[in-house]
Amino acid sequence: MLRSIFFLLPSWILLLVFFVGPILLTFYFSFTNLALTGTQAQSMEFVGFQNFAAMFEDPGFRVSVMKTIVFLFLSAIVGQQVLGFLLAILMKEKNQAFRRIIGIIVIAGWVTPEIVVAFCWVAFLSDSGTLNMLLNSLGLESITWLYSFPMISVCIANIWHGTAFSMMVFQASLDDVPKTVEEAAIIDGASKFQVLTRIILPMVKGSIVTNMILVTLQTLGVFTLIFTMTGGGPGTATQTLPIFMYNQAFVNYQLGYGTAISLVLLIIGIFASLFYIRSMKVQI
Amino acid sequence: MKFTSAKKLAGLSVLLIFCFMLAACSDNEANGSGDGGSKDELTITFRGGGGSNEGLVEWLNEEVIPQFNEEHPDVNVKLSPLKVNEGDYFAKVALLLKSENTAPDLVTEDTFMVNSDASAGYLEPISDKVKGWDEWGNFTENVKAGVIAEDGEIYGVPYNTDSRGLWYNKKVLKEAGVSVPWEPKTWDDILAAAKAVKKNMPKDVVPLWMNSGKATGEATSMQTFEMLLYGTGDPLYDQDKKKWIVKSDGLSDTFKFIDQVYEQDLGPDLSKALNGQGGTIAYQQLMPQGKLGIGLDGIWQAGTWREGGPAPWPESDKDLGFAAMPTQNGQDPGTTSMSGGWALSIPSKSNNKDLAWEFIKMASTKENNLNLQLKDRSLTPREDVAEEEEYQQMDFFEEASAYLENTHFRPAVDKYPRVSTVIQTLVENVVTDKLTPEQAADQYKKEVTDIVGADKVVER
Repeated sequence: MLRSIFFLLPSWILLLVFFVGPILLTFYFSFTNLALTGTQAQSMEFVGFQNFAAMFEDPGFRVSVMKTIVFLFLSAIVGQQVLGFLLAILMKEKNQAFRRIIGIIVIAGWVTPEIVVAFCWVAFLSDSGTLNMLLNSLGLESITWLYSFPMISVCIANIWHGTAFSMMVFQASLDDVPKTVEEAAIIDGASKFQVLTRIILPMVKGSIVTNMILVTLQTLGVFTLIFTMTGGGPGTATQTLPIFMYNQAFVNYQLGYGTAISLVLLIIGIFASLFYIRSMKVQI
Repeated sequence: MKFTSAKKLAGLSVLLIFCFMLAACSDNEANGSGDGGSKDELTITFRGGGGSNEGLVEWLNEEVIPQFNEEHPDVNVKLSPLKVNEGDYFAKVALLLKSENTAPDLVTEDTFMVNSDASAGYLEPISDKVKGWDEWGNFTENVKAGVIAEDGEIYGVPYNTDSRGLWYNKKVLKEAGVSVPWEPKTWDDILAAAKAVKKNMPKDVVPLWMNSGKATGEATSMQTFEMLLYGTGDPLYDQDKKKWIVKSDGLSDTFKFIDQVYEQDLGPDLSKALNGQGGTIAYQQLMPQGKLGIGLDGIWQAGTWREGGPAPWPESDKDLGFAAMPTQNGQDPGTTSMSGGWALSIPSKSNNKDLAWEFIKMASTKENNLNLQLKDRSLTPREDVAEEEEYQQMDFFEEASAYLENTHFRPAVDKYPRVSTVIQTLVENVVTDKLTPEQAADQYKKEVTDIVGADKVVER
């Protein structure tokens, strides 16, 4: 007993210092009026639930929650998840070369760092970007993509970046579906669609939930991509919670309020995960 | 056997952690005792890169640092610019000044942040040093006010000040049928000229540029919103009552004017206006190319077009005009302007405060300050420099100095920076049609009241 405690001690210390510590600190700061500059930077006060009360009255917060939901739904759930699954299904049992080429193309998006992805898409969609050059060469007028369709633009960039992850998760789990079960179903007269919905989907349910949780948590935290592409704007068009949090903490100098928002973001992540697990009735 | 190897592993882990902690501590110490090195280092932080502050960098490198090194050969002066847009500079500076390990020895402070950073304990009061310095008497009184915080202490030495007005391209206005020199007397005159440009010039010519987004930060508050607001006679802050004015006709009219400009397509495309590089696009690209009619901005833009500046434009002295910003309906005193300026301050966590003060004194001499203005094209905070012929002959100097007569300063109170960010957001919301001018005015009242407290606001 003592020995095992002794062995685990280093990992405990590391966890406490680098993981639990910052979370507790965030928790504490979210109940203060800590600021980046001004008198409250040096003498912060404990303000109880004031930050949270202010948040729920703040129209900016409501807008950000809505934007986060839209971004999450379009880019993570519909985009990455569905597209990733479709790609995995389409590639299933296709020839090796075909799989490899598609795989490399999709994975290129995944291995590219987020900031580079953002710059690529800015270069592609900006006023004098590649897409407008193509349109112009066809005799069409330029479109201010990032200004006129900001949410769609950032969603497409995020899908491009993240789909490969879902695809790989699904590929792995689809490979585990026994071929004999599928064959048996087909012999019994099941259509391809029935095989997909009645056999394959239930068998990979666990992966779907796991992937949904991972993709959701990753998308909830997307900051660099949106900040670089649109800065959260125009107006509040792409102001998701991480952008809103950044603006409150580092533009409005309200660190306390900013950390309170980050705490809410954490709670949203936890609830979303629980929701998926419950609704899909799986054991993790 | 199994037991011993596990024991070894555990021992090794503990040892590693100790080494790790020890390394962290010793690193701290090394940074903390910066004075102890063989050669002292003096770091200066300012906003640089992307064409901003080129004049300042040139001046530091070519004039001040060589002079300083002559007297202090064992000090290594290191420039450490922050390459960020205007909106991000202040947050970055605040983060740097928080810690002993990152605080520079000198920092350039926009005077509107001095109060706030001083109350945060980030800046070193230098009142005592300044009092024993015989040059301080040569600084203009109202510019000095910018570096005195609410506690009455001095927190920096100003190196420039400025005024704002309407830059206009004479060729564009002439071609559009507006008589030049252009001297608008009311806001309507500005709109009329902009409409003429829109009507008579090609589609790619922007009639009127005003910084209008959150990304352009303080420039949106000061060059656009406050230039308009202070021309209505309703300021942001009532100095006598020490209260913020959260409702006034001036506030509503200011939002209305901004709305009109964009509603009637007199402003730039929003995709350009809401960009952090807005100012660069307007004054380094559009204006010299004859694709911008009028731009509401500061005198320092002249530095953009000087020889060796980011966008040299030798004909700018002939092709450009700098008109005074009129009051709303031409009411007394007829014109209005806003002034700010920058100061050299010593962070409270600097390791070399005395050397930093020596550097400030050297940089602020009459000769050095004159040299800075010749490069940077801002206005001088020193009365004796203002009398120099070389200074007076700078392009647009005469106009810019004249605007100082009716100029205003931002409220020198702790909460101003936060109110300013509210203004930036609301202006962007009006411009992008998220809010009507009336809704923006109501929202302003609500948000500013939340920030400063209900007992510190007043309606007009």
